[in-house]
Amino acid sequence: MRFVDEYRDPAAARRAVEEIGIVSGGEHRKFMEVCGGHTHTIYKHGIENVLPENVELVHGPGCPVCVIPMGRVDDAINLAEQPGVIFTSFGDMMRVPGSTSNLLEAKARGADVRMVYSPLDALRIAQANPDRQVVFFAIGFETTAPSTAITLLKAKEAGVTNFSVFCNHVTIVPPIKAILESPDLRLDGFIGPGHVSTVIGNRPYRFLPAQYGKPLVTAGFEPLDILQAILMLVRQLRDGRCEVENQYTRAVRDEGNVRALQILGQVFELRPHFEWRGLGFISHSGLKLSEAFADWDAELRFQVPGVRVADPKACQCGEVLKGVIKPWECKVFGTACTPETPIGTCMVSSEGACAAYYNYGRFTREAAASARIPVRSA
Amino acid sequence: MCLGIPGKVVEIVDVNQHRAIADVDGVRREINVGLVLGDAGGLEVGEWVLIHVGFAMSKIDEEEAERTLSFIKELGSVYDDEIDEFRQETPL
Repeated sequence: MRFVDEYRDPAAARRAVEEIGIVSGGEHRKFMEVCGGHTHTIYKHGIENVLPENVELVHGPGCPVCVIPMGRVDDAINLAEQPGVIFTSFGDMMRVPGSTSNLLEAKARGADVRMVYSPLDALRIAQANPDRQVVFFAIGFETTAPSTAITLLKAKEAGVTNFSVFCNHVTIVPPIKAILESPDLRLDGFIGPGHVSTVIGNRPYRFLPAQYGKPLVTAGFEPLDILQAILMLVRQLRDGRCEVENQYTRAVRDEGNVRALQILGQVFELRPHFEWRGLGFISHSGLKLSEAFADWDAELRFQVPGVRVADPKACQCGEVLKGVIKPWECKVFGTACTPETPIGTCMVSSEGACAAYYNYGRFTREAAASARIPVRSA
Repeated sequence: MCLGIPGKVVEIVDVNQHRAIADVDGVRREINVGLVLGDAGGLEVGEWVLIHVGFAMSKIDEEEAERTLSFIKELGSVYDDEIDEFRQETPL
């Protein structure tokens, strides 16, 4: 197993792979990793190539950049181009295509778009430019939402009125439900996200075994973490158990980060529904600013078009996000759609399944095929 | 962007404002530590935290910090982007 030799602890990785083979007993198992960080690791380290052939990984919707629908990108560009606005965004969003352009192109056209590392930087920009309106393009799951929330608390405390947030924060549990309700996908269990779970803990996943009879194991980001999580999943299935388990005890506690959850509740409320790229509208899946923070809500302060834009026909990001097809099965993968000129969001972010596969996966997959490495063990 | 990067707390600037300085692989920057101050034992200089978009998300031990950092370094461009962003000054 050539690939395993490159892992930090090859012996442990080899043992885990062997165990997975023995415990799964050749039965076909399909697990979804929800988190884009995991997808990245899986492709980078060729995990799919070392797993027994009966164990299949499906890449889920956990890349916050990938799930932002085109209409919201158009709204962001519209905000950026309004007079007097300084529009601030994480670098990841700059090249995400809207229906006609992206934020980088808006910047080239003269809009004042600035890349920030942290929402607190956006607030600082607002304080340094009191005669300008500073809008922060907030994206991300529960990992990132507390940072926006704390920034808003600080803006309110300091009375910074020229700052507002274009809120696109989403929550992880509703899309998992949506995927389970989708008829075209049969899953045996989930690899739970690592950093989201440092915030929300493991309790919010309890509905999975309770209502859907599916196990979930929260996992860390190293190849060995993911292999161990898969092993924990196949053990549960073999033993007839169905539980939420935690492989990533080094950072995740069952109760999550209580302080972060409290702040989220204070600053945000659930939208009735929010559109996800490729997945459509999902109830109670997006956050908006609560009544107490309405003065900092960019969607209330400015007129935004708010027009729904259908995904490009050629793009199959939706099916990739649901795990129905693999990235290389998309019609435009690697031809019309590449990381340099992405059509779909899965190709933009390094956590997107398509970009991860384009950058690493296809090479390890080809190498695995040509070298005929023993991908099965035991 | 979801990958947290480990940093060592090298200075508590203002505990009430939750401001601290973290060192990530030799690069120093102010971070917000409000989310980890409530953890058992609070937060002290010399401790390690997982940092995401300028916020300490959870406390980790030194061994985990070292493992995570070398793992992220293996990811190449992901590490470069992360450290570039961490280094970046606020575009005021």
